[in-house]
Amino acid sequence: MKEIKVLGSGCTKCVITAKLIEEVAEEKGIEVRLDKITEMAEIVSYGVMSTPAVVVDGKVVHSGSVPDRVRVGSWLR
Amino acid sequence: MNVHPIAVYSPHRTVWIYVIASLFAWLGIYFNLAALTDAAFSMLPLQRDTPMGDAVHFFIFDTPKVLLLLTLIVFAMGIVHTFFSPERTRALLSGRREGAGNVLAASLGIVTPFCSCSAVPLFIGLLTAGVPLGVTFSFLISAPMVNEVALALLFAMFGWKIAVIYLGLGLTVAIAAGFVIGKLKMEGHLEDWVLAIHRSRLQIEGIRKSWPERFVEGGRSVREIVGKVWPYIIAGIAVGAGIHGYVPEDFMASIMGREAWWSVPLAVIIGVPMYSNAAGIIPVVEALLAKGAALGTVLAFMMSVIALSLPEMIILRKVLKIRLIAVFAGVVACGILLVGYVFNAVL
Repeated sequence: MKEIKVLGSGCTKCVITAKLIEEVAEEKGIEVRLDKITEMAEIVSYGVMSTPAVVVDGKVVHSGSVPDRVRVGSWLR
Repeated sequence: MNVHPIAVYSPHRTVWIYVIASLFAWLGIYFNLAALTDAAFSMLPLQRDTPMGDAVHFFIFDTPKVLLLLTLIVFAMGIVHTFFSPERTRALLSGRREGAGNVLAASLGIVTPFCSCSAVPLFIGLLTAGVPLGVTFSFLISAPMVNEVALALLFAMFGWKIAVIYLGLGLTVAIAAGFVIGKLKMEGHLEDWVLAIHRSRLQIEGIRKSWPERFVEGGRSVREIVGKVWPYIIAGIAVGAGIHGYVPEDFMASIMGREAWWSVPLAVIIGVPMYSNAAGIIPVVEALLAKGAALGTVLAFMMSVIALSLPEMIILRKVLKIRLIAVFAGVVACGILLVGYVFNAVL
């Protein structure tokens, strides 16, 4: 099971990102645990400078925009 | 640029064709706009010399012009943004000293993709990478104030000279205010949890993008930004059109004119609670200007709306203690005031 965290203060882009990941995971039939991290101290502890950012299994894989579908798919393998 | 042989059959070629075709279509429409809008206007049962006719003419001429220019400039800036990232800006700024650092930070503020919802992580990311507080503020002031929507609209409605002046003044305010804040040595007024964070460790490796990918990004910013601000712009132009047709000439001269010294601080104060609707405010501002308001006052109003927003201060409250926020707002407000007065005095 993949542990995925979406980092962001709760802006629309972060919500869209989380939803997109859920969708793609469901399409691919991959089990994920998705957490939305909105606590600033925790967000910055990952060292990201722009949100939404995505953390997969403890590693930051994306930051600063809504990722595209292909990109999301590449994390869910 | 290195073109891979496969590119000939790839969707990349389609992107190039699409971009070039759109550019030609844009040019064709833009340079025939006066004729097109006159033709559209003549189909309406209205006369130019009536207040209603004047207002409607203003509306149907300005709306497409503003939206076209906005689309082009947002697209271009979207491409420029692909060359920069907050991480790269951080690398460029870390270890810079005050002075030159403030200038660089303010300039990077224009080209680095920035959203006020990321203000806090960005702020902390810069500080923990060893960027001085004052330099960080220069970036944080410049990034929202000198943005592509404001510049595009100023260019569309007032011409390139005013857009360039706004750009120059925005940078000056950001550089000077950051410099002053740096000199005040207020590092102790950051929230305690911020002081406790150690140097951040992460580097997301940059992926080299091809031109078609950059174009796609540009298209994406157009959808995102223009898609979000167009209702405000149309509302703004509609209000502007109303002022244009119905408010008597020189009506604004008494309240927002050059002689009314108190109008500049008043404009700054009114601007603070207004947020991000620069898109809607600029068309109104143009109409005010046409009715005799002074340019310095109007620019001060605009800068205050964009640079000093209540919501952003609430976000920043998470990292700054009240005193530092007050100093930040005070220093920026003074800079804007000065800009307003200097402008009214010179022009």
